[in-house]
Amino acid sequence: MNTLLAQSINLFAVVLLVLAFAMIAQRRILTLIHLFTLQGAALAVATLIVGYLTGQHHLYFSAALTFVLKVILIPILLHRVIQRLNVRWDVETLFNIPTTMLIGIVLVIFAFNLAAPIAGLSTSIARGTLGIALACVLLSFLMMIVRAKAVPQVIGFLSMENGLFFAATAATSGMPMIVELGIAFDVLVGILILGVFMFQIREQFDSLDIRHLEKLKED
Amino acid sequence: MLVLDWILIVIAGWLALGVAGIGALRNTAFVARVLFPAGAVLAVALAGLAVAGLLGTPETAVLAIGLPDLPFHLRLDGLSAFFLLVIGAISFGISIFAAGYFRHGEGTPPGLMCLEYHLFLASMALVVLADDAYAFMVMWETMALSSFFLVTANHRVPAIREAGFLYLLIAHIGAIGILLCFGVLQANTGDYTFANMRAQSLSPLWASAAFLLATVGFGAKAGILPLHVWLPEAHPAAPSPVSALMSAVMLKTAIYGLLRVSFDLLGAQQWWWGVLLLAVGLATALYGVVFSAVQTDMKRLLAYSSIENIGLLFVGIGLGVLFNAYGMKALSALALTAALYHVVGHAFFKSLLFLATGSVLHATGERSLGKLGGLMRRMPWVAWLSLVGVLASSGLPPFSGFVSEWLLLQSFLFTTGLPDSFLNMLVPVLAAGIALVAALAGYTMVKFYGVIFLGQPREPKLADAHPASPLERAGLVWLGAGCVLLGLFPVAVIGLIDPVTRLLVGGGIAETVRANGWLLLSPSSPDRASYSPLVFLGVVSLAVLLAVVLVRKLYHGRLRRAPAWDCGYPAQTARMQDTAEGFGQPIRQIFEPFFRMRRELPSPFDAKPHYRVTIEDHFWHWLYLPVARLTSAIARGVGRLQQGRIAIYLLYSFVTLMVLLVVVKS
Repeated sequence: MNTLLAQSINLFAVVLLVLAFAMIAQRRILTLIHLFTLQGAALAVATLIVGYLTGQHHLYFSAALTFVLKVILIPILLHRVIQRLNVRWDVETLFNIPTTMLIGIVLVIFAFNLAAPIAGLSTSIARGTLGIALACVLLSFLMMIVRAKAVPQVIGFLSMENGLFFAATAATSGMPMIVELGIAFDVLVGILILGVFMFQIREQFDSLDIRHLEKLKED
Repeated sequence: MLVLDWILIVIAGWLALGVAGIGALRNTAFVARVLFPAGAVLAVALAGLAVAGLLGTPETAVLAIGLPDLPFHLRLDGLSAFFLLVIGAISFGISIFAAGYFRHGEGTPPGLMCLEYHLFLASMALVVLADDAYAFMVMWETMALSSFFLVTANHRVPAIREAGFLYLLIAHIGAIGILLCFGVLQANTGDYTFANMRAQSLSPLWASAAFLLATVGFGAKAGILPLHVWLPEAHPAAPSPVSALMSAVMLKTAIYGLLRVSFDLLGAQQWWWGVLLLAVGLATALYGVVFSAVQTDMKRLLAYSSIENIGLLFVGIGLGVLFNAYGMKALSALALTAALYHVVGHAFFKSLLFLATGSVLHATGERSLGKLGGLMRRMPWVAWLSLVGVLASSGLPPFSGFVSEWLLLQSFLFTTGLPDSFLNMLVPVLAAGIALVAALAGYTMVKFYGVIFLGQPREPKLADAHPASPLERAGLVWLGAGCVLLGLFPVAVIGLIDPVTRLLVGGGIAETVRANGWLLLSPSSPDRASYSPLVFLGVVSLAVLLAVVLVRKLYHGRLRRAPAWDCGYPAQTARMQDTAEGFGQPIRQIFEPFFRMRRELPSPFDAKPHYRVTIEDHFWHWLYLPVARLTSAIARGVGRLQQGRIAIYLLYSFVTLMVLLVVVKS
């Protein structure tokens, strides 16, 4: 039973990675939010399993927190934002998607190469997944760079936090509770502030295209 | 139930009052007539409980609020009980006064003010109760933030916003120091309770680092040189009850923190810590009092006077550390008793004076000394009670200031017994500095009182000044009574301070003092030095009475009333009186190097002459402006990276991350 569960952590890790790739490839904002929700759910389950296997009760808190925030609260907020802004069908990226995917593959290889020695040192049950977690962080970062509109960038930011959280769970069985709580609240406040920004950007420029923000540079 | 539980109930009561204030946001009458008096009742309950805690044994509690696995640890011992006593006793007077004061609603709505005020009180009480670094820092920051919002109550005035920003900035510099200090104290054990910090024995180097961080951190809040600049800005900006609370109580929480860290948490002390505190304290005291003497704004004058008193407190603590480092427990206890006595004394007289300025401000709408005068006839209550505060502040017998300064000078006289030959020659020299500070404080207070209350009104509108309301008077009477009682019954007060010094240095002077009876105060032996306030008061009253009787009886009938000599210049106006500038002029001349002064003198042919003098702090130009310039220079350099495209910014982060990861890997 326990070996099966341990294996299933790897499964969820792979799900996370595939979802990260899917998000890079996805052009529609609505689907992007659905992918993000799925990623949050996978993360919550993975955390729960790690918590069960290692007997660390504070991981249950983390899992619950992840579920509430990333599967329920933030997706609802995002849905409301895109409904009010009426931007369900964003398409533009700065690079074309195949090129981005290729860069993504390079990043994954880099991340695995990087994580190999650390994973060897770690005693955690989920140590093999550290590379995947790192790859998720880098892929989300890439997504933030190549997107031209504000909403996908925000989703990239949130998904990066997912990767970071998974890395912490994988390498060290979770960060101290206070750090996790802090990050969770930061993310929540961040999304609220970014939501306000998105409205303001559209008010100012009649578009959510962040390239308009170049005008704001101080000379 | 334990005393600590009751204290927590009082604190919860304050918080409840604050929340009730939100419910009655703009209902000034309800807030002023119900909530603030209720807060005052809780304050007096807290003072009573604190006395019980002071005489009882230490109690601990763990509050399950906060974060999972990280509760608040609280502990009530002698030191915290003593400061709770100060908080309770002072805030009682201030709350009553505030009930009569907040009537027009200035800036912030009264309900919000009520929330901030009671949150401020509760956070101060919890700061002194905290028994782990986490609870301490949370409460410390709550205290800083709630007081920031109180200071900026009138936030539509740009100068007040600037003062608030400066206050917040320096408060945070201090908070960083304190946080790092706790980080050093826990000695890599990861356990941030004070109990664990007490158990650690740090190497002398790390102990000194912790001590220096604590001095900077708590010094920023207390207002020691060169971190004092926020005080003279923030105190005048705040409404008077808030200035009173900040000056009288909040500065004392910094003293509490310094005592807690340097005596309780750090085990062995080193002699040079004491010398450092002495030097910093004396410099602060001298700087504060000299600046205080040349101010023309009554609240700025009092703010600088607070800096001076904080300096004296640091001197007392420094002496305590010095004696303690050489194992002279009884003398250390004497110096600490002097400092703690001054903590209470200063809290009473400074809150009294700040509240009195509030009454004057409400009655006249004037803060500048140059436009006040002759208010004794208009506001007799405020004037007479201010006289008590002014005398206590000048360190004259039989009021509270005299006892503490006398005890401080007494402890200086024992420094010749220090085993180090340099120290026992140099430290007594500092006593002369203290005497200078005390004398200048008297000078400043004569100026403060004389210019505001005596003489003729300098402006016609002062004739309309209305006396203070009954609630304001009641608050002032309580604080004034405190100044008098602290001065008259020093033996009883020292009995209350004794548990604190026993906790800090394991010695006390109460037994020696009590041996001479309650009438005579003598810290070492009656042959050496003694002071009996009641006898002093009796003799002085008797002499005054005798003089009055003699004048009335012997000279009665030979009294002749005639106009006063007018120097041969009959057309005299109120503007010909000695002004605040004029009174401070000798100090401006003598201590010229202290100031950065700009003066505009009118030409003799000017039909409308104007005289203007601005006095600035050297520290602005020596320390603060260079730091500000450096910061903006760095910011300009970094600004070159600004491209305006978010993708580029993200790429910066991404490339940095990748490079760092590669570096880590190889």
